[in-house]
Amino acid sequence: MAVTNDLRTFKNAAWLGWQMEANWTDPFLFATYSIVRPIAGTLILVFMYLVITNGETETAFFSYMYVGNAFYMFVAEVLFGVTWVIHDDREHFMTLKQVYIAPIKFYVYVFGRSAIKIAIVSIGVLITLAFGVFVLGVQVGSGGVDVPLFVLSLLLGLSMLLVMGLAMGGLTFLTAKHEGGINEGVAGVFYVLSGVIFPITVLPHWVQGISMALPVTYWMEAIRRGLMPDAMSEIAKGTGLEGLSNLELVGALLLSAFAFLVLSVAVFKYADKVARRKGKIDWTSAY
Amino acid sequence: MPPAVETKALTRVFHPKKKKEGKSVTALAGVDLRIEQGELFGMLGPNGAGKTTLLKILSTLLLPTSGKAYVAGFDVETQFQAVRKRINMVSGGEISGYGLLTVKENLWMFTQFYGMKSQLALQRIDEMLDQFGLADKKDEKVRALSTGQRQKMNVIRGFVTDPEIIFLDEPTLGLDVNASRTIREYIVDWVGKRKDRTVLLTTHYMAEADQLCGRIAIIDDGRILACDTPENLKKMVKTSTMLKLDTTHLENKQGLSSIRGVEKFTFTDNPENNMTSLRFVLEDEAAVSDIVSSVIAGGAKILGLRKTEPTLEDVFIKLVGKGFE
Ligand SMILES: Nc1ncnc2c1ncn2[C@@H]1O[C@H](COP(=O)(O)OP(=O)(O)O)[C@@H](O)[C@H]1O
Ligand SMILES: [Mg+2]
Repeated sequence: MAVTNDLRTFKNAAWLGWQMEANWTDPFLFATYSIVRPIAGTLILVFMYLVITNGETETAFFSYMYVGNAFYMFVAEVLFGVTWVIHDDREHFMTLKQVYIAPIKFYVYVFGRSAIKIAIVSIGVLITLAFGVFVLGVQVGSGGVDVPLFVLSLLLGLSMLLVMGLAMGGLTFLTAKHEGGINEGVAGVFYVLSGVIFPITVLPHWVQGISMALPVTYWMEAIRRGLMPDAMSEIAKGTGLEGLSNLELVGALLLSAFAFLVLSVAVFKYADKVARRKGKIDWTSAY
Repeated sequence: MPPAVETKALTRVFHPKKKKEGKSVTALAGVDLRIEQGELFGMLGPNGAGKTTLLKILSTLLLPTSGKAYVAGFDVETQFQAVRKRINMVSGGEISGYGLLTVKENLWMFTQFYGMKSQLALQRIDEMLDQFGLADKKDEKVRALSTGQRQKMNVIRGFVTDPEIIFLDEPTLGLDVNASRTIREYIVDWVGKRKDRTVLLTTHYMAEADQLCGRIAIIDDGRILACDTPENLKKMVKTSTMLKLDTTHLENKQGLSSIRGVEKFTFTDNPENNMTSLRFVLEDEAAVSDIVSSVIAGGAKILGLRKTEPTLEDVFIKLVGKGFE
């Protein structure tokens, strides 16, 4: 019974999310937003890489960076996306309180609303990858694709990001206008510390210790091993995680993701309670 | 059967963001309230009295600072899930809604959050849109609605899920006469037909409370000053005489309160036509002649004078010593 209710909540929230995302009066604008923009961002990075290394795109390291950058789009979009759902409902539509007092699990609603954002980013990631493979020679699929590893880690990673997004969404209950500060901070930390475009081995030793506590670090590594096993074993210096077998890597991902899940749930529950105490649920910045 | 709503010494204090920025506000100061199942109950009070704060606490949006609040016997603080299954809430004067959905879609989505069967929901939405004169707006985007139409849509959103207890915060605020009447009639009809359903509405329109509610609590400054049927409330001033007096501009009104037999009085100066309107609650009708002499002595002319039937406003004036707006 409870599961049926959650499914219904999820379905309707996802439907609402879709109505909003697909509500671009201009399909061209929609395409630009969801497809051209991520590719443009990637091209800037590629260009900087070429200028700095004066180099080749068909190397294992370029592939490492390119794939990391592509999948980082999930990190940024999910963390911001969840926050925006809460922000929009509260300030723009003024429906947050109506949803909040409905007999549903609020987080199921938020996940439903965010699901469509993940779907749209997925298109961007796919196109970026295709562009990389066919135009720049990125080595996805070299040595085959480890499908179980890739799919498992993708799902794990996305769930983890959603829950972290929820925690940050909870914190936006408490902030005034949309203060992207926390999100940008957290997303930035992951970008620098989680081996997104460079291996964590270039970081000072003690900073690497922090990297090893972040689930995104294991996620990036697992995704790459799944998509391009050969290129990954080719990277001479190693990625800092080469000592872990695939199984150990997934184990580490699970463990760190679980720790972050517990932390995120605690943060959300705390923020929810404080929001109810301070009357922030139906707060608008006009008040 | 537990009461629909019960509060015990319910208190809510708002603290300023920074200590320096002013003092704390006590929005509710020990409210004790008991509303039985099946009542159409009104909270009547001026702006800032604490009405919205009370409804927010009862609808699980806000926690009390101290005291207890129960809805259908469940503690709003700890058993909020059980409360949420049984309630809905509508706030007047706000233009909420997903602007890019159609009216029907917006309503339908909320019915799904309350677990209504799809077909029943669609049927009831159609019926209610019809009753509220919005049938032709069904497939229009919410953002294309006027403020009044949006408010009607939100009232529908509240009732469509057939809650056991519905909280209506100033449901007719800012609406024109027709829209207000439609909503009032719907509310009365809804509780009338369902003996186990309860309505708690707030208003600062005296006539609305008088006309709709079986019982009324008069609230001011976070305190409930009286709680009874409109008839019994008006009996509180039955032994008094109500007097309305219009004069040309009356500068000095201090003397009026010391006239023997004057229990309470209020006034409004209208600079546009240079008039003063006074309203008295008199213990003794004999005071009328003293009032008249005092006004004339003050240099003003009497434009109109009449005794009135007691209204809730007189009750409020008697209780609080000031008018409403
Ligand atoms: N979030 C808040 N922060 C600070 N003060 C508040 C807040 N909400 C309400 N108040 C204050 O509490 C008092 C009661 O407000 P409210 O319950 O909205 O009254 P009403 O609905 O009867 O007009 C007012 O003085 C109001 O300014
Ligand atoms: Mg109010």
